[in-house]
Amino acid sequence: MDVMSQLQRQWLEHSAFLRKEGYLDDQFEQLQKLQDESSPDFVIEVVSIFFDDSEKLLSNMARALEQKVVDFKQVDAHVHQFKGSSASIGAMRVKNVCIEFRNYCEAQNLEECLRCTRKLQFEYSVLKNQLEYLFRLEQQIRAAGG
Amino acid sequence: MSITGQVLRRNLPENVEVFDDSPSGSLELHVLAVDDSVVDRMVIERLLKISSCKVTTVESGTRALQYLGLDGEKGPVGFDGLKVNLIMTDYSMPGMTGYELLKKIKGSSVLREIPVVIMSSENVLARIDRCLEEGAEEFLLKPVKLSDVRRLKDFITRGEGKDSGERINHKRKREDDYASSSSPSSPSSSVLSASSSSSSASSSLSSSARLSKRAKLRNKD
Repeated sequence: MDVMSQLQRQWLEHSAFLRKEGYLDDQFEQLQKLQDESSPDFVIEVVSIFFDDSEKLLSNMARALEQKVVDFKQVDAHVHQFKGSSASIGAMRVKNVCIEFRNYCEAQNLEECLRCTRKLQFEYSVLKNQLEYLFRLEQQIRAAGG
Repeated sequence: MSITGQVLRRNLPENVEVFDDSPSGSLELHVLAVDDSVVDRMVIERLLKISSCKVTTVESGTRALQYLGLDGEKGPVGFDGLKVNLIMTDYSMPGMTGYELLKKIKGSSVLREIPVVIMSSENVLARIDRCLEEGAEEFLLKPVKLSDVRRLKDFITRGEGKDSGERINHKRKREDDYASSSSPSSPSSSVLSASSSSSSASSSLSSSARLSKRAKLRNKD
């Protein structure tokens, strides 16, 4: 099998894996539909923005939870935003942790909120690695003439 | 087409350009998208551009009103040269919510003709009702899909504004929102649900009428 076909197969397999394991949902496919010759890097661009935004939100959440008197509404606001952006790019696992997190914010349960932050950080890091791998494959495919 | 153009020009200053006829003969809408999320702004912009719409995105209701020339200071001054045919706004935004923005737009004699669509990640019936009652054309569940945008575009270019009372009530709803499928009304194939003029619509809409409108939409999906 030539390099191109191998790369393409790897890309397909990895995409399928991400879907099957629930890292990504339908919305990611929707984003891929929005990519074309006029906007060939759309998915990478949006996801990059998502990464920047996410890191900011995670940092804000952590800081809000470190306060002497925790403002759970503020924490919830950050989580709500994160939930929205993760839903927009199809990051299903991350989104689901956000949903769980919001319940604990409402209950004002600090310990559970802290646990959720860690869980969120974890899921986000895994997703980031997975997507970066996918994008590397894409770059290789393009470089090979695809 | 020219009738629509006249209606839309009705309240506008002279220097404002209306529809832009592209070579294919289809109208190019200019959409103002309001969302505090930078990711969502990128996505909605792409959705609209790929649907051949011109797009302006802003991050808040305040900015939207400034863009529309209705920021209180100068009054309804001219647009930046490009008329807005549709406003799509997120519901939950810090500062001015999408609902508050909707009220301001519908409360303005110059802007009230512009259709407003609310987008929200949360499927809250009371919220939906409130927005529709305030004059929103539609309430879209996020993440917004290409099919939503296409449907919207069809509706807008087909001639909204001909009658201020006509309003598409075309929310995409999830199946499990409905307890049963025994809705009183039968789905009609016509897209526009002719209702009474917007000022009396809110008071005349009983909850069963609203339910039947929603059910109609579900069947269309």
